[in-house]
Amino acid sequence: MMGWSDHLLVAPIALPLVAGALMLFFDDPRRFIRAGVGIAATVANLGLSAALLLSVDASADLTKVYLLGSWPAPFGIVLALDRLSALMLVLTAVLAMAVLLFSLARWHRVGVYFHPLLQFLLVGLNGAFLTGDLFNLFVFFEVLLAASYGLVLYGGGIARIKSGMHYVVINLAASFLFLIGVSLLYGVTGTLNLSDLALRVPLIAPGDRMLLETGAAALIVAFLVKAGMWPLSFWLPGTYAAAAAPVAAVFAIMTKVGIYALLRFSFLLFGNGAGDSAGFVDQGLLYGGMATIGFGMLGILAAQDMARIAGFAVLISTGTLLAAIGTNRSDVTAGALFYLVISILALGAFYLLVELVERGREFGADMLAVTREAFGYTEEAIDEPDEVVGPLIPSMMAILGLSFLASALLISGLPPLAGFVAKFAILSGLLRGIAPDGSIAGTDWVLVALLILSGLLVLIAMCRAGIQAIWGAEDREVPRVMLLEIAPVVGLLLVCVGLTIWAGPVLAYMEATARSLHNPASHVSNVQAAPHIKPLSTESGK
Amino acid sequence: MELVVALGIGVLTGSGVWLLLRPRTFQVIIGLSLISYAVNLFIFSMGRLRTGAAPILQAGEVGDPARYADPLPQALVLTAIVIGFATTALFLVVLLAARGLTGTDHVDGLERERR
Repeated sequence: MMGWSDHLLVAPIALPLVAGALMLFFDDPRRFIRAGVGIAATVANLGLSAALLLSVDASADLTKVYLLGSWPAPFGIVLALDRLSALMLVLTAVLAMAVLLFSLARWHRVGVYFHPLLQFLLVGLNGAFLTGDLFNLFVFFEVLLAASYGLVLYGGGIARIKSGMHYVVINLAASFLFLIGVSLLYGVTGTLNLSDLALRVPLIAPGDRMLLETGAAALIVAFLVKAGMWPLSFWLPGTYAAAAAPVAAVFAIMTKVGIYALLRFSFLLFGNGAGDSAGFVDQGLLYGGMATIGFGMLGILAAQDMARIAGFAVLISTGTLLAAIGTNRSDVTAGALFYLVISILALGAFYLLVELVERGREFGADMLAVTREAFGYTEEAIDEPDEVVGPLIPSMMAILGLSFLASALLISGLPPLAGFVAKFAILSGLLRGIAPDGSIAGTDWVLVALLILSGLLVLIAMCRAGIQAIWGAEDREVPRVMLLEIAPVVGLLLVCVGLTIWAGPVLAYMEATARSLHNPASHVSNVQAAPHIKPLSTESGK
Repeated sequence: MELVVALGIGVLTGSGVWLLLRPRTFQVIIGLSLISYAVNLFIFSMGRLRTGAAPILQAGEVGDPARYADPLPQALVLTAIVIGFATTALFLVVLLAARGLTGTDHVDGLERERR
């Protein structure tokens, strides 16, 4: 028998869906109603996600399962909540809260449908994190992509249309690959339920194994397009730089959806218990991740404005995560999960901050004058909303500078903030060695070197941008920033500071998450054994 | 029958990919549509090709799975068609907006100089 609290599992999907639909009933002039509904839904979502996280963390190897329509597990669609999905739900809710508050200052006046689109994006994100069914994952990916198409174009202007078009085309193509992968997997195994797939993968006939792996590879390429692995990532920095500030900030979690799907998919299906197919994704992810870090490092040095620096920082974080997943070791994965949390929060804050710092500066002010001429850059205006009206906050430059410093430390992974703890956890996992004699593989050394070097290069790029934007410009006006705009940035950074202070318990949570990811047996059995309520029989007994 | 379906999927995908790589937005959208047809056929064929077999049991009938087609890929195809249609329609809007704002139908929003 299910108590009412069991139904909370579906609420992170249903709540924003209802809120987003409700908003459409109110006209644009009454925007405050939309904003109010949005705030209420997002606050409730945050509370719900936190409650779900606590309930999952309470017991050892618990996967909460919700059977939609109460069909038993392999036949109906299930929602499954374990530590990883709960963590992602909370992250999404925190980031959405910050972005929503930020947009209230002025960005939500630029276009018409910001609030509904944000809620529908949350439907897709929460659904993708909760679902335990492959085709359902596709549907939620499409929901979040459809909302993100609208958000990328939000605010209009030539730059957004141009990069938005590339974004739409590349994601449509990736969706078709996703479908090909899903249907191949179904054709070979006859099931779409992820935990049922995990049971069947080791039993596949040798003749069918190549088909299975082809399907899985097509699926993984689709995930990697979302995550932004080199060479599938050329669309990313430009699109994120052109998008409106709150949109770019919420997109900080979009690449991580791809990472989440990879974590779930590769460990569940091709983990250590997968028979002949065990670990067939590892090498690709490891080398691809390293290449992505390399590409991100080159790009971040070449980037000429702060939004593009942020874009390449996203790529470096993607590369770090992919390579860490590719090592297929529990302690490295734990560090990577911590890194994932920090990079989502810090990059979200940084995208918001970029818009505040850039405010009131001329185009291309970050570039060295020589470079600007050499590249032949001309002004290509992006529509900006009206000037901010409101009281000036004293010593705004100092607050902006400190926030910039904090996010630079977090993103590059320097002490004393949590970025360092996360990177250190990955490095110590790598240096522990798995060979019996304790020696460390050559690829691990390369990865260690890349991680340290990428931190240095991020720091160089950040210093250059920070000096030019905050110290260097003597004649610049102090940007007019409202409290409502700086508060989310500071809030996100304070969460990161909190994660630094309580790094012990957080890391313990990550280690438990990584352990259950690497040993999915209990997750699988929990899903398979989920009790379903038998329908009341309507026709007399058969 | 398998050969015909496989050839059809292959031709559609090949033409679609070629069009997708062309520089005009209209060619891109036609390419995307062709690929989506190919993918839908592909999903359908994953339920094994059969003729004259119903996917749903009649009421009160005792089911023999060998006599029925696999209903799941058919449901998947329906979903994929709906989603593909919606996203293609959205892309059409973006395409028109880009044409209006940039004055060209090149995918990068500017004509390459002809030499």
